[in-house]
Amino acid sequence: MLVHLPNSAFLGNIDYFLRNLDLTSSSDSLKITANEKWISVHPVVLSLVSSLGLKLGPGKTSCEQLTAASKHYIVRMGLLKFLAVASDISIIEHEPAGRFIPITQIQTSGELSKFITEMIPLLHLQAEQSETIGYIVSELVSNVIEHAQSEHGGIICAQYYKKSNSIRIGIADTGVGIKSTITRFHRAKTDLDAIKLALRPGITGTTWKEGGTEQNAGAGLFFIKSIANVNRDFFIIYSGNGFYKLLKKASSTKSLTLNIDPFQDRHSKIDDLPYWQGTVVGVDITLDQTREFSLLLRAIRDTYTKDVREKRKMRYKKPRFI
Amino acid sequence: MRQVDIFKKAGVFAENKDIARDIRLKEIIPALDKKEPIMLNFERVGSTTQSFIHALISDAIRKYGNNSLDEITFKGCNKNIQQIIKIVVEYMQDGINNGMDDKKT
Repeated sequence: MLVHLPNSAFLGNIDYFLRNLDLTSSSDSLKITANEKWISVHPVVLSLVSSLGLKLGPGKTSCEQLTAASKHYIVRMGLLKFLAVASDISIIEHEPAGRFIPITQIQTSGELSKFITEMIPLLHLQAEQSETIGYIVSELVSNVIEHAQSEHGGIICAQYYKKSNSIRIGIADTGVGIKSTITRFHRAKTDLDAIKLALRPGITGTTWKEGGTEQNAGAGLFFIKSIANVNRDFFIIYSGNGFYKLLKKASSTKSLTLNIDPFQDRHSKIDDLPYWQGTVVGVDITLDQTREFSLLLRAIRDTYTKDVREKRKMRYKKPRFI
Repeated sequence: MRQVDIFKKAGVFAENKDIARDIRLKEIIPALDKKEPIMLNFERVGSTTQSFIHALISDAIRKYGNNSLDEITFKGCNKNIQQIIKIVVEYMQDGINNGMDDKKT
């Protein structure tokens, strides 16, 4: 397997990076190469590489000598240390306060709660912003813990970008993938079909019942997509061969209208990416644009309620006239 | 009336679904079984997730219908927590009488 860390791979242009992943399953080793001059990647790239290396096990990952001027970023985020790859790159260690959350493995809900408690102060966010970020992290990692059946749990990291005043979050797992989970109770021919279902509220891989079980509602991803949508931010999901990207809304759009069907949002999709065994999610949250959480919740409530009621109407039996 | 201090159990950000499940199984369902009123106290809880609230109360509404809401009181909820509780309560009630539990998708 080969992963090349490119000059640039953020959610807007990540398609190229993903298309060029060599995830040949016959290979039991991972080689990491990188752009010689500059490496600038979204945290989701680092989460993806980390989870892949973790799955292969110790001693199976190698990394060519990094020469890029920005190589310290890779080290500081903890990629080489996480994968136990020897490196002669020296960095000045410093507190990550206000800048980044290094690559972290989370396997239990207790670890998740601890991670969120420690993460929020590190990011130095205002109360309203920390509520949004904490919400996203909790729902994403909970999904991995409950559905992915991954031996290694979820790998998460995040970065604050001063220039855009945004938090970018990436989480990856090497579990069973969305299609395997969803098709236990719902029909989905392709990975992309499964992603589409997973993004709809009320659909969960734990039951065929709409509304979910006592422990799962199947609404977590819908909430996160909605948060990204109203804030006009990117959101991606990659699982199997399928890839869905929520594109940014036009800045003039002020409407809080949400779509139940993710394919009705402004988006792009791919159904033939190299097969990723598991699920990868990336999200950007631009802090300047963070809409008041209560307004967002009201919009979600209106959309969700409308959807449930429309589904109810669809079940009404119609009178038969002869 | 039985009372549950959510802050004491789940902290300022109530998101741990394992804790929600424990409260549901050890406090809420036993109270409803006995038709005993129960108060869920959210004072000092700053925020929560829809998943936490779903794990906390959806089964009560599913099992006991919307009569369960006559027995459950939510205390000290800020506006966001109120919104999340309203979302869960609404979609669960909408589902009760429309085959949520007996129709395959």
